[in-house]
Amino acid sequence: MKAASFAYHRPDTVADAVGLLAEYGDEAKILAGGQSLVPMLAMRLTYFENLVDISRVDELKNIELRDDDHGPQVWIGAATPHALVGMDDEVAESVPLLTLSTPHIGHFQIRTRGTLGGAIAHADPAAEYAAVALALDARIEAASPRGRRQIPAAEFFTGLWETSLQADELLTAVAFPVWSGRCGFAVREFARRHGDFAIAGATVAVELDADDRVARCSIGLLGLGSTPKRGTQAEDAITGRTVTDISAEELGRLAMSGLEDVPADNQGSASYRTRVGATMVARAWTEAITEALNA
Amino acid sequence: MHELPVGVSVNGRRYQATVEPRVTLADFLREKCGLTGTHLGCEHGACGACTVLLDGQAVRACLIFAVQVDGQEVTTVEGIASSDGTLSPVQAAMRECHGLQCGFCTPGFVTSITALLRDNPQPTDEEIREGLSGNFCRCTGYQGIVNAVHQAAQSQA
Repeated sequence: MKAASFAYHRPDTVADAVGLLAEYGDEAKILAGGQSLVPMLAMRLTYFENLVDISRVDELKNIELRDDDHGPQVWIGAATPHALVGMDDEVAESVPLLTLSTPHIGHFQIRTRGTLGGAIAHADPAAEYAAVALALDARIEAASPRGRRQIPAAEFFTGLWETSLQADELLTAVAFPVWSGRCGFAVREFARRHGDFAIAGATVAVELDADDRVARCSIGLLGLGSTPKRGTQAEDAITGRTVTDISAEELGRLAMSGLEDVPADNQGSASYRTRVGATMVARAWTEAITEALNA
Repeated sequence: MHELPVGVSVNGRRYQATVEPRVTLADFLREKCGLTGTHLGCEHGACGACTVLLDGQAVRACLIFAVQVDGQEVTTVEGIASSDGTLSPVQAAMRECHGLQCGFCTPGFVTSITALLRDNPQPTDEEIREGLSGNFCRCTGYQGIVNAVHQAAQSQA
């Protein structure tokens, strides 16, 4: 259980980190918090000649509110630890789904070290922040020798632990849109032990109009495919409807209807996960609309 | 592979060594500093036995390479008691409440509980169980450990 030998690089700036990626390409891997990468190295499930440690790149550790063509967003630097995201007042005010999902990520000794950018770039289908990014249509910023680009979350998660990042691109920040108005937010997930990878989970964001109709709804699903997923059919079906006419159980079932690659493993069969997922959506929905109706 | 110099302050004392980048902080503490109180169970971040405080934050020492903590401060279980050997409130409560049997997991629990109570001095039963979910104990069944956290919280109130 010891990692194989590698060369270690610790740049101080994004420019230096990108330069190292340009130099080593496929033979380099970014090391952020290391809470997923280091176990994989220790078990020799993966190997890289070079590790580029970004844990001391200060420009990647900021949280700020920005407003541009995309509307108000909270920008979170890639190397910001989960623990800081979870306790940040601006995040709690503007992107409550992140605050609500943080306690579900591993254990507190993991959250002190693990980073938001690392979780997104690792792209585990059961990762909370990845599901939130997809659900809120976040944009993912990447830097390379060609400059910076922004990738919509819907185009970012391409497969199990696979993303549209190129080998020479560094994930630098994620921009989460701010929902305001009569909103409610909730995160529910089920795991056999707190902090384990969820068997299934759901995030719900809902905004109501003055007549208690659903102005918009976003359902993020985790542990229910090879990537994070959205409950698109359920979102479409309830938009414009009065909340009191919507059955939480029906919504949960509908959210599962478009799923094609629900995992089956020793934690449970695909049908079991789907039933758990429907229940998590139903519970998160009930909690989210209660908040929205009282907002 | 190139070895790199690492300087770390551990329990207030400075340690300097040259190591391969793949050496974890846990192995560095045990083999270069001679501080074998930090135990290695799973070596992939699941069991929590190797938990130490890095600049005050509880972390898995098996998931950090020693080269990453160059210039930082580490507190291991050896640094939790007073310099005269008086047990900390957490350590004393673990002993009184039978929070350990074989003792292998205990260093990780002591460091984790120390960080937990610093950030949340009066945790509920649920918060304690959630806070300890990242540490395995295969002997006690956890009841004594949970009781120890309650007692340590009361003794520090």
